Formats: sequence, structure tokens, C-alpha cells
Amino acid sequence: MGETGTMTSFSPSTGVRRTGRDPRPDPGWCRPVEEGQRAYRAAASVVDPEIPVVTIEDLGILRSVEVDGDTAIARLTPTYTGCPAVLAIELAVEAALRDAGFEPRVERVVSPAWTTDWITPEGREKLRDYGIAPPAKASNSIRALFGETEVACPRCGSGETARISEFGSTACKALYRCEACHEPFDYFKCI
Amino acid sequence: MAGAGTISREELAAFVLRLADDHLILGHRLSEWCGHAPMLEEDLAMPNMALDLIGQARVLYQYAGAVEGRGRDEDALAYLRREREYTNCLMAERENGDFAHTMLRQLYFAAFMEPMWETMLNSTDETLRGIAGKAVKEVAYHIRHAGEWVVRLGDGTEESTRRMKAAVEALAPYVGELFESDDVTKAVAEAGIAPEPASLRPRFDAIVGPIFAEAGLEWVEAPFTQTGGRRGLHGEAVGFLLAELQFMQRSYPGAAW
Repeated sequence: MGETGTMTSFSPSTGVRRTGRDPRPDPGWCRPVEEGQRAYRAAASVVDPEIPVVTIEDLGILRSVEVDGDTAIARLTPTYTGCPAVLAIELAVEAALRDAGFEPRVERVVSPAWTTDWITPEGREKLRDYGIAPPAKASNSIRALFGETEVACPRCGSGETARISEFGSTACKALYRCEACHEPFDYFKCI
Repeated sequence: MAGAGTISREELAAFVLRLADDHLILGHRLSEWCGHAPMLEEDLAMPNMALDLIGQARVLYQYAGAVEGRGRDEDALAYLRREREYTNCLMAERENGDFAHTMLRQLYFAAFMEPMWETMLNSTDETLRGIAGKAVKEVAYHIRHAGEWVVRLGDGTEESTRRMKAAVEALAPYVGELFESDDVTKAVAEAGIAPEPASLRPRFDAIVGPIFAEAGLEWVEAPFTQTGGRRGLHGEAVGFLLAELQFMQRSYPGAAW
């Protein structure tokens, strides 16, 4: 993208933002913006290896993607501290950026900490369709973690459910059972 | 927290390393239950909690290595130090014993860490603030899970009550060390990085007290407090633990996935 050394970054919250080492006014090229968006789309298409119906964009763990020359820098926030999928996701993002023609770099952003509140509405719908009850909302207080009295069954929608186990098949899930349709299901833990 | 004081690189690294060692050693202990738990749900729950602890240990080791600036990464810190260089609390290294013993140990450690992380949400150290933001939520699950078991076993059958009471007796000498103060804890407290452990005792009691009341358990005052973990003085069980933990790196130096 050229000699001016212009950097672009794109994130869902801020949209396209230009930062530049070049003090001259923005020449109005659209190419860097396109590149930023293309890199973002490539990274955003990566899915969670344990829940392959949701992308890292749905989960809200892709913080931003910045393009600087040939390099694309993706910033990710880990979900659960010990989540073994973190490394797999980072490698998949590198591969996706490389496939899109960028030299990939992945950075881990620990602060602010990820919360299940960052899962997008689409992501919550996809989880439900997949049979995983989405997390209760507004989890910034610890007390709210345990206030979650009703988890609706993702299959039949009944609120008549019971927790079988606090800890499920992966770090992010708890195990529930629906008393109405008698199906067991996963609940995406609220953190 | 205050935040007026300054802190040396050595003191900050020492503090972060203590936290990391606590989490790695206790996480390893919990992982020993994998495949041996009394029921399937617990066979999922204990490795899940171990995963939380080891995940927390990893980010803490990464930070400790960066702070000390001696070129040691998380693997070097976890796998290539000797027993006397580990500064975990003695509570973390206690052998699993039976299920009651493991759950009580888990409750104690979680009830110590929850107020610690919660205070560190306002730490002057940005990295630790970020780590605390996640860990405080994860540890809340550990309190609830271990606490429910302490109640169920303490207020359960004659046999489960006997075992839970034995666990209270056995772990009593290891509670005091959690709240000890020394030059490192003073330095981090003055710098507004983390609270003095002693200041967390009322909140620890406020978590454990109601659980004991519901479980019908009496608090046991230890005749003396075991101490030394923060200075690298450990029980003999740690040698065996490290032999297993470090075997692969010692036998095949530099082995990586």
C-alpha cells in the first residue's frame, strides 16, 4: 500500500480509523481502508474450534485488525483464562490472514477482560440454534453470576430447567437438563 | 488502594511469581484427580477448575518473566526451577487426600483469592488488573462448587461428616500462612498493586463462615501455623509433585508441542 506508510485499522466498534505516521493530509486513497476491511473480514471469519457455529466476531473476542504495509495485526482477547482453544484460534487467525495475502501478527489483549456480554445478538442466536443456551446478560457483577435463576431450554424454550453440573464438556459450559422436554443441554456460562 | 509507593522490579516479580506458583501447584494437584473422581460430573469439574488455575498460572508466569527480565518464559518458570525456588503457599501443595479434603482445600484457596482478585480490579498495575478481571469471575465458580460440597459432605452421612471434620483438622495449620505479611506483600500494597493478605482475612471468614454454619462444621484453631512456602521451604510432597510435573522438560529439554 505504499510509501506514505499510512496505517489503517478497523474494528466493529470504531469502524474504520486512520492513524498515520505521515503528517500530510489523508490523500483520500480508499485502498488502505479496503485492505483494513479485507483483513478484518478474513480474521472475523475464523470459527471457534469447540463451537464451530460461532465466529470469533460473534463471540466478541476479535478486538481489532490493523493493516500496516503488508502486515495485518489482529488483536484478540482470550475468553476463559485457561481455555485451550485460545491457541487454536490464534493459529487459525494467522492462517486466515496469510491466506488473504497478509503477513499475520496476532496480539493478545488481556485488559479489559472479555465478558460473555460481548457475545453479539447474532452469536447468541447461533448458540441457541446449535443447542447451547446463551449466557445470562449483564455479568459485570460477580453477584449477577449467581442470580441466573432461569436458563431457558434451547430446544423447547421452557424455563423449567435444572442444573446438572456446574462444569461441562468445555471450560465455557455448564450442563443443564430441561424438565419439560427432558433433553440435557449445554449452557454457555456467564462470566 | 493507595498507590503512592514505588516498587522494585524484583519485588513485583517475586509477588507475581508467588501467585503463579500457587495456581500452578494447586492446579496440578487438582489435575491428579482426573479419571479418579467419585462421579462423572466431578471428573469434569475438577479438571475444569485445574484448567482455570493453570490458565491463570500461565498468564502470571508470562508476566513474571517479563517483569524480571531475565529471559525466562512461562515454561522455564514452570518446569525448570528447583523445589526451593517455588514460593507457593503450603495450602496449595497439600496432598489431595480424600474428596472432602480436596474440596475443603479448594474452598480455602478460592475464598482467599476471590477478595484478592476483587481488590486487584483496582490495581495500579494494568496487566494484573486485566488478569484479575477474568480470574475473579472464575474463582467465584470455585467457591460455589467447593462450598456446595463442603455443605453436602459436612451435613451428610455419618461417614461424610467424619471425613469433612478430619479435613478441617488436617488443613487448619495451613490457613494462617495465606494471610502472612512480609517485605514483598508490603511493597506491593504500598504501590497499590495488591492488598496486604492480612486485610483479606475478614472477607475470607465472611465466605467460609456461612458455609461452615450450613455444613454444621466447627472452625478449628490450629495449635500452630505451618509456614515457609513463601521462602521456598516446602513439605516433602512437593518433590514428588515436581518430579511428575517437570519430568518431560527434564528428560527432553526444550520439547515443545
